Amino acid sequence: MDSESPTLTLGPTAERRPARGGLALTPGEDLLGFVGSYLGRALLFLITGTSVLAVLLILFFVVARSIPFFRDFGIGEFLTSQSWRPTADEPTFGALTLIVGSLYVSIAALLFAVPVGILAAVFLSDIVSWKIRDIVKPVVEILAAIPSVAYGFFAVLVLAPWMQSQFGFSTGTNALNASVILAVMALPTIISVAEDAISALGRELREASYSLGATRLETMVKVVIPAAHSGIIAAVVLGMMRAIGETMVVWMASGNATQIPHPWWDLSQSIRTMTATIAGEMGEAPEGMPHRSALFAVGVVLLLMTFVLNIVSEYFLSRARKATGKS
Amino acid sequence: MEKLLIIAVVLSLVTGMAVQAETLQIDGSTTVGPIADAFAEYFKKVYPDLDITVKKTGSGDGAAALVDGRCDIATMSRFMKDKEFKDAVANNVVPVAHVVAIDGVCVVVHPSNPVSALTRAQIRDIYAGKITNWSHVGGPSLPIVVISRDTSSGTYETFESLVMAKQAMGSGVEYVNANPQAHARVKTTQGAIGYVGIGFLDKDVKAVKVDQVAPSRQTIVTGVYPVARPLFLFTNGYPKLGSVVHKFCTFYLTEKGQELVEAKGFIPLTAY
Repeated sequence: MDSESPTLTLGPTAERRPARGGLALTPGEDLLGFVGSYLGRALLFLITGTSVLAVLLILFFVVARSIPFFRDFGIGEFLTSQSWRPTADEPTFGALTLIVGSLYVSIAALLFAVPVGILAAVFLSDIVSWKIRDIVKPVVEILAAIPSVAYGFFAVLVLAPWMQSQFGFSTGTNALNASVILAVMALPTIISVAEDAISALGRELREASYSLGATRLETMVKVVIPAAHSGIIAAVVLGMMRAIGETMVVWMASGNATQIPHPWWDLSQSIRTMTATIAGEMGEAPEGMPHRSALFAVGVVLLLMTFVLNIVSEYFLSRARKATGKS
Repeated sequence: MEKLLIIAVVLSLVTGMAVQAETLQIDGSTTVGPIADAFAEYFKKVYPDLDITVKKTGSGDGAAALVDGRCDIATMSRFMKDKEFKDAVANNVVPVAHVVAIDGVCVVVHPSNPVSALTRAQIRDIYAGKITNWSHVGGPSLPIVVISRDTSSGTYETFESLVMAKQAMGSGVEYVNANPQAHARVKTTQGAIGYVGIGFLDKDVKAVKVDQVAPSRQTIVTGVYPVARPLFLFTNGYPKLGSVVHKFCTFYLTEKGQELVEAKGFIPLTAY
């Protein structure tokens, strides 16, 4: 970003002046200021440290509470069995349906949200006038501010009956319903990250393309989008994180049946996700029982997934930053 | 100046003591919660100095709070489990049950569904996933959409213990997390079957006869309808006569108390 107008930019050496020296006073000249600046740094470090600490503590807590489950029941059945009957007399804890359910609705949501999101991002960054863009972008971001339980209400009371009467589905709270709502919820993330990536490319690239005789469409599809692909991938991954971690909407809209759709593409069947299971069953899973540690085990799987997605998105975001820095 | 301060402090202490005289902590079932809320609201009007808090965290949490001495009254939609009772006695708490109302869990279907009676065995088979089409129980050829409350609700517990008889729920069962939501799903889904408290029966859903008994105030309170349960208040020992706890636990006997129980959709005990 910092090299958009190369003639005006100061070199890195001029910008990165050493912290001490220059304007700062020595301790002899200003003891209070000297001590104050160090105290301030220490305080800010502590404050920043708490959020890092919180992440580590959550990770430690969830993993530690799931260990009894993995010790007693092993990991094989947990990941491969489809039988989740935690309250039966002989409880079985097969989380495969839950893991598949989470991935199922998240991926289906992306199928809706990615094309729409990228097209909207292109439209906002390159096509629409600034005036309209300044109205549309905040409105899109409001989508992210709507509480998920409000989406859930909409899903149950409006979308579900509509799907039943329109498509003849036997049940309206199903994978399709949850995916559509999740797609809408993931849209603001995808649009704003992708739009940032696309508009960060700068004029030069586009003008070079035009000067070679490319049309606007060709410039968009063959130059701009490929050049911004790292940022767009990051946008998609962030959208997926949003979808996979969402709880209230899937708890209300997906039907929560512990099954894998059969045949696998049938979105009209109801499914259950990991997040909905944890939220729905934690209340009555007694302390010290396998049911509770099994829910923590589900939490570990969920954490691992979001962890991996986070790393992937960080990787692509940093690549996008580097790419625009060079151009 | 100092004198004034001292007077102010003394005054505030005296009045403070008078005000904090009576508090009432209620914790427990989400099902009994509305009754406790309605009672508490009335008590606040009658005894303005009384400080009542009603928490709705679930029957199990209510029992735990009573055992730990964190509440005066535990509201529960089931009787105390053996283990909870043992914990209580070990903690020098003697749980005493007061039944405040009866709740009936009604099995409901879409109003357009011609099926009007089911046996408990049929309902069990539907929820276990053995019967999947309404034509197997005398209805039209329509797949059954099975709707259950979430497993942490008191209503689920009642239904599960009174109907399912140790059978596991089938994998196609859908779970919803509140009575109004169960009602909304059945109302809008042609092939649906669900269950709700009797307070949620209206013209939008049809209650079926269970074992040839239609749910009504009378059949439920006399125990003829098979899917009914008493709702409890638990106290530590029988409350001292005349105390606020005593008044609260016997309030259901008054006309006003019965009115409130009925207004919340439950059945007063005296409705013979």
